[in-house]
Amino acid sequence: MELAISCRNLCKTYPGKPPVVAVKNLNLEVRSGSCFGLLGPNGAGKTTTLEILEGIITPDSGDVQVLGRSWLTDAKWLRSRIGIALQETKLSERQTVGETVTLFRSFYDRGMSPEEAIALVSLEGKTHARLSNLSGGQKQRVALACSLVGDPDLLFLDEPTTGLDPQSRRQVWDIARSLIDRGKTILLTTHYMDEAEQLCTQVAVVDHGATIATGSPRDLIRAHGGDHRIEAQFSGVAPQLDAFLALPGAVTARVEADQVWCGTESPHATLPALLKLLEVQGCTLIGLGTRAATLEDVFVNLTGRHLREESMR
Amino acid sequence: MIGVSPASWSSRLIHHPLAQLILARVRDFFREPEALFWVYGFPLLIALALGTAFRERPIEHLTIDTVGDVESGLFASLSANPQLELHKGIDANEGEQRLRTGKSCLLIIQNGSGPPVLRTDPNRPESALAMALVESALMRSVVPDDKQPLIQRQEVQGARYVDFLIPGLIGMNLMGGGLWGVGYVTVDMRARKLLKRLVATPMSRVHFLLSLCLSRLLFNSIEIALLVMFSWIVFGVSIQGSLFALLVVILVGGATFQAIGLLVASRANTYEAVNGLMNLVMLPMYILSGVFFSSERFPDAMQGIIGFLPLTALNKALRMIMNDGSGVLAILPSLGILIVWMVVSFVLATRLFRWR
Repeated sequence: MELAISCRNLCKTYPGKPPVVAVKNLNLEVRSGSCFGLLGPNGAGKTTTLEILEGIITPDSGDVQVLGRSWLTDAKWLRSRIGIALQETKLSERQTVGETVTLFRSFYDRGMSPEEAIALVSLEGKTHARLSNLSGGQKQRVALACSLVGDPDLLFLDEPTTGLDPQSRRQVWDIARSLIDRGKTILLTTHYMDEAEQLCTQVAVVDHGATIATGSPRDLIRAHGGDHRIEAQFSGVAPQLDAFLALPGAVTARVEADQVWCGTESPHATLPALLKLLEVQGCTLIGLGTRAATLEDVFVNLTGRHLREESMR
Repeated sequence: MIGVSPASWSSRLIHHPLAQLILARVRDFFREPEALFWVYGFPLLIALALGTAFRERPIEHLTIDTVGDVESGLFASLSANPQLELHKGIDANEGEQRLRTGKSCLLIIQNGSGPPVLRTDPNRPESALAMALVESALMRSVVPDDKQPLIQRQEVQGARYVDFLIPGLIGMNLMGGGLWGVGYVTVDMRARKLLKRLVATPMSRVHFLLSLCLSRLLFNSIEIALLVMFSWIVFGVSIQGSLFALLVVILVGGATFQAIGLLVASRANTYEAVNGLMNLVMLPMYILSGVFFSSERFPDAMQGIIGFLPLTALNKALRMIMNDGSGVLAILPSLGILIVWMVVSFVLATRLFRWR
């Protein structure tokens, strides 16, 4: 198994009063040819981690290997082999799509033609349009074309679909999938769980500057609360948490006043038992639902917080 | 490989990163109409407005009427003065009326062989001037030829206000161009995270900085050429000294202010910060460095500091070349001051510069 990225005990603290610990003993391994997602709320350290891997900032300590090389010794080589779409680069509005991509192409010794890169992001019809006349989604695709034009082996996409409408998001996902098909490795950050589930073969959940769980989305969901979720609302005094955990098939449970969330492998066994438990306890059922578990549930299970709540702050 | 075809040679040139970076700057610049006005239109408007407002008046013609037969020697002497317009054979009454209504400023009445009578209006300055001219002609006619004073008129070129103003405007534009074109543009790219994106590519940082300076040099050259041509056509301002010396000063002055712009931009990452810093740098020089009026009007105690400011040195060198006709050697002290500012700013800027 070849690793595109590996980092051990990565640490980065920004000086200030008080100093901000952005990344603390973070470990990461990304296989070549995979699409890897860094998940976590804003301020979890995703962007800092990414910028260290991109060679933009230097870590305080830790080992970083990108494409088998180190930024300390092979910076120039690495820059020619990676592609980057930053979270919020504002490319010049007064240049056309073609001019912008041609400019970026000139920095690389090897790579595809600007026309090819523009075609990859399906903007052929906009080659001669100025960026000021493009939508947010189209601009994001221009940024992607700029990151592709050097024909990189490894792509870093920092929140590639934040702020885009659903249709544009799906277009960006299609581009990412086509790149994986071409054998590229992608490392992306996102706080959209559906994005990670759609695109990533592996994800790492990051919180407070460290990875708290790693694996495929399916495995993580299974390991941290089962494939299914039962949510029930009731009136009356809630049963103890242990009583829910003891239900047949139940993997996790969370009780909050008059609500319970229960993760399970076998809802057909857990659900009748849960109803029975509430009945015995003398609670009246007000609402009930079941759904497939998501990475969001994994995050809530691991941290006790919602990703979105965090990212709203 | 021998025999690279011209097409691939020019294609390689245009796809060179430095060429692409300069092209991007050029497009950014020429596709922004407001910036074009401030860089190219505004200096011409200032030159036009100030050049017109402080223009010296053309010589006024003074009309003198004569009644009767004025003595021929005096008449010839007065006719020889191009400033005077003489009318002879005027009727006495008509002459009175013309003087009263301001159509003439002096009336000379010759009655027979008596002394000439000069009628004038003492409240009108042009009458007083005409009077003085007639009196001096009368005086000269009685002085023997070998005692006549020799009058020498000096050809004063480059002495009008507009001649003084144009080099000042060139200096001011070089300062503004360097600070805006390099300083503000750099901070703008940093604030937009474009700088960070660019340095994450294999782009050479030297190419990046060169592209900023070379593109600005191009914009400045066009601007100065326009200003010089405009002031030549409209006001007849000419360059007395060598064109080569002027080019040297423009190059060194431009590069100096680009280096200062780079220093100003080295750490700022907000528009407010860079605006404040640029004003801090430019405002004192606008006032002190002799753009619109001579910096020598400030107290002697300040002259040492003022003289060492880069814009003072640049303006001084520009005026020496354009107004006084100096060559490269004479402006070496000013060039020295500029080069010190350029080197110190550039070295500091590269030490402090933040690419993120």
